[in-house]
Amino acid sequence: MTQLHAQTAADGEGTEVVPMSGLRDGAGAARDIEFRDAIREAMSEEMRRDQRVFLIGEEVAQYNGAYKVSRGMLDEFGPRRIIDTPISESGFSGLAIGAAMMGLRPIVEFMSWSFSLVAADPILNNAPKMLYMSGGQFGCPIVFRGNNGAGGQLGSTHSWCVEGLFSNVPGLKMVMPSNPYDAKGLMKTAIRDDDPVFFLESERLLSLKGHVPEAEYLIPFGKAAIRRAGTDVTIVSWGRPVHFCLEAAEALATEGISCEVIDGRTIRPLDWDTIYASVRKTNCCVVVDQSWSFASPGAEVAARVSLHCFDDLDHPVARVHSNDVPAPYASNLEQEMLPNARKICEAARTVVRRA
Amino acid sequence: MSTASKATNPDSPLSPTGRAMPRPDLPPATLKKWLREMFLIREFEVRCMQAYQDKKIGGFCHVYIGQEAVAVGCVAAMEPRDPLVTAYRDHGHALARGMAPKYCMAEMFGKIGGCAKGKGGSMHMFDKSNNLFGGHGIVGAQCPLGAGLAFATKYEDEVISKGTSNRVTLCFLGDGALNQGAFHEAMNLAGLFDLPVIFVVENNGYSMGTSIQRGTTMGSNILSKAIGYGIEGVEIDGMDIVSVYASMKDLIDRCRRTSRPAMVDMRTYRYKGHSMSDPRKYRTREEEEKYEGHDPITKLEKHLKEAKLLSDDEKESMYEDVRTEVRECVKWAEESPVPSIEELYHDVYVEKWGPYTGTTPPAMLKEAGQ
Repeated sequence: MTQLHAQTAADGEGTEVVPMSGLRDGAGAARDIEFRDAIREAMSEEMRRDQRVFLIGEEVAQYNGAYKVSRGMLDEFGPRRIIDTPISESGFSGLAIGAAMMGLRPIVEFMSWSFSLVAADPILNNAPKMLYMSGGQFGCPIVFRGNNGAGGQLGSTHSWCVEGLFSNVPGLKMVMPSNPYDAKGLMKTAIRDDDPVFFLESERLLSLKGHVPEAEYLIPFGKAAIRRAGTDVTIVSWGRPVHFCLEAAEALATEGISCEVIDGRTIRPLDWDTIYASVRKTNCCVVVDQSWSFASPGAEVAARVSLHCFDDLDHPVARVHSNDVPAPYASNLEQEMLPNARKICEAARTVVRRA
Repeated sequence: MSTASKATNPDSPLSPTGRAMPRPDLPPATLKKWLREMFLIREFEVRCMQAYQDKKIGGFCHVYIGQEAVAVGCVAAMEPRDPLVTAYRDHGHALARGMAPKYCMAEMFGKIGGCAKGKGGSMHMFDKSNNLFGGHGIVGAQCPLGAGLAFATKYEDEVISKGTSNRVTLCFLGDGALNQGAFHEAMNLAGLFDLPVIFVVENNGYSMGTSIQRGTTMGSNILSKAIGYGIEGVEIDGMDIVSVYASMKDLIDRCRRTSRPAMVDMRTYRYKGHSMSDPRKYRTREEEEKYEGHDPITKLEKHLKEAKLLSDDEKESMYEDVRTEVRECVKWAEESPVPSIEELYHDVYVEKWGPYTGTTPPAMLKEAGQ
């Protein structure tokens, strides 16, 4: 995909603008590394730091990861901590949850979040509810991670955007990074978190390069980043579609529409304060969410912004989602189904009444 | 396959009662302790049924009457540090593991004094201090968890503490769970990873109203499932507590030495329905009477009496003591306050965000000074 570089808008007016590179203060040496390397660095650093952390999943060890995210980890940590499993998502997810109840801190790799559906019972019925059902006795400090969303012509069974399904469940946290810097800082936070974290990566972003400092850093959950400051319309998104939002913002700027692009980074918790503050400034809102529209995180943003910023809105919140159809195989149909810059531009023009 | 004769279930409990176990030389005090524990579970369950009929217990309620020797015998063969996880018919395991009956009863009453502050209910009994990792409400769901508990104890030995914990996990399931994918995935992983876990199938012949031959291939020889996973299988007469204890002790000791998983076909019978709303139309009264004739409590009573280790007076006094204890636990549960509305928002997340307002430990942990 097109590599999107930082939009370092200087316009701050008190709001923090964090470019996609994540380099705000130039602290420490920085390198350009791939998204997959950022994830691996985070996992490896945390495994060096804490013996309770281990990685389990299909092809993570001897094969070096189906998508090479765990490349080299077997060599460093050995087969006791980098654990190959058979294709048995329900079994190894449940196993990892049992281990987490005992106090270990597993990282479970799903080759694709699409495959997590056969593990729906352990990941939805056990992990997020264990603390509650046991009256606070047994927590579940676990990270589930893997590729989410359309990969590239994989057809409907392999193209799930599970944020629409799973963000509905209380007790879990959900992270959706858009760039290598965030991926590393959020993954380290996820591994140290005492609650179950659903970490949604994108196959389409794994080769994306970005600046990642050598020095250690963590990014807290629930703190959005403003990727581009603007005055006319607030565009809220997370994960891969943030890149489409920035592409759209660039195009809209030539039409004289100034977009403020907010990257939520985490869906549970979502940084409502930053979203509301921006909407109160721009008076217009577009939410871009690659899951289906019905009962989705995008629907939640539209509902809450309408509730909390009702008097500030000049137009109802517009929503850009994947179209309400199963993901198709044909390339042109798949592209038409997903959110893209064209759809985002159309939505933005509508809310600022310049359609 | 076997030919079903009328409505009696030939594959069900006790058809062949398993290998005759050598009876270990057990101290009379131990046998009497087991008798008391089994009677406590039965009396507790009778009171649960009453409370359920009085609408003091809501939701689903699955009682353990008939299967008492399994939980008591297995727990006696375990060490307190060994993890235990089970399904939804879990009151017996909780009591056998050492949970005070009042916390178990209060949980079902939906009171703050419950083991999970009234948030789990009958099917979800948890007791961290006694290494009880839950009753679990979804059939078979506890099997991968059980494999995970064993994985963690092994990981502790191999990565963290280098061979000091050496614990064995017992994962209980009903015969209905034999047909769930989760069970088979857990067996495969346990076999593959050499996990110190024993899957104890409490084979009472029925998954709800479906007899084992209507739902399970090789229902008359469920240990054939273990062969497929390279796991040792052992059949045990679950209606005889001495057999349960001796066989499980042997198996647990071996598992502790070898870190190899095992599967147990624990032949037992539930006298009551699947849940409180089950009229048991799928089986005959004759069948029930047949198995009630092998009652584990009566059997141990008889043994103790014949060996002149327990007089009628002593027995009656022990039973009266248990009845009083259970009556008091019902009273305690009734008097325990309902959870405050704030409790609704506790324990959703460990750290603060969203509606979380801080956790309060269950009463039993507070009293245990934890």
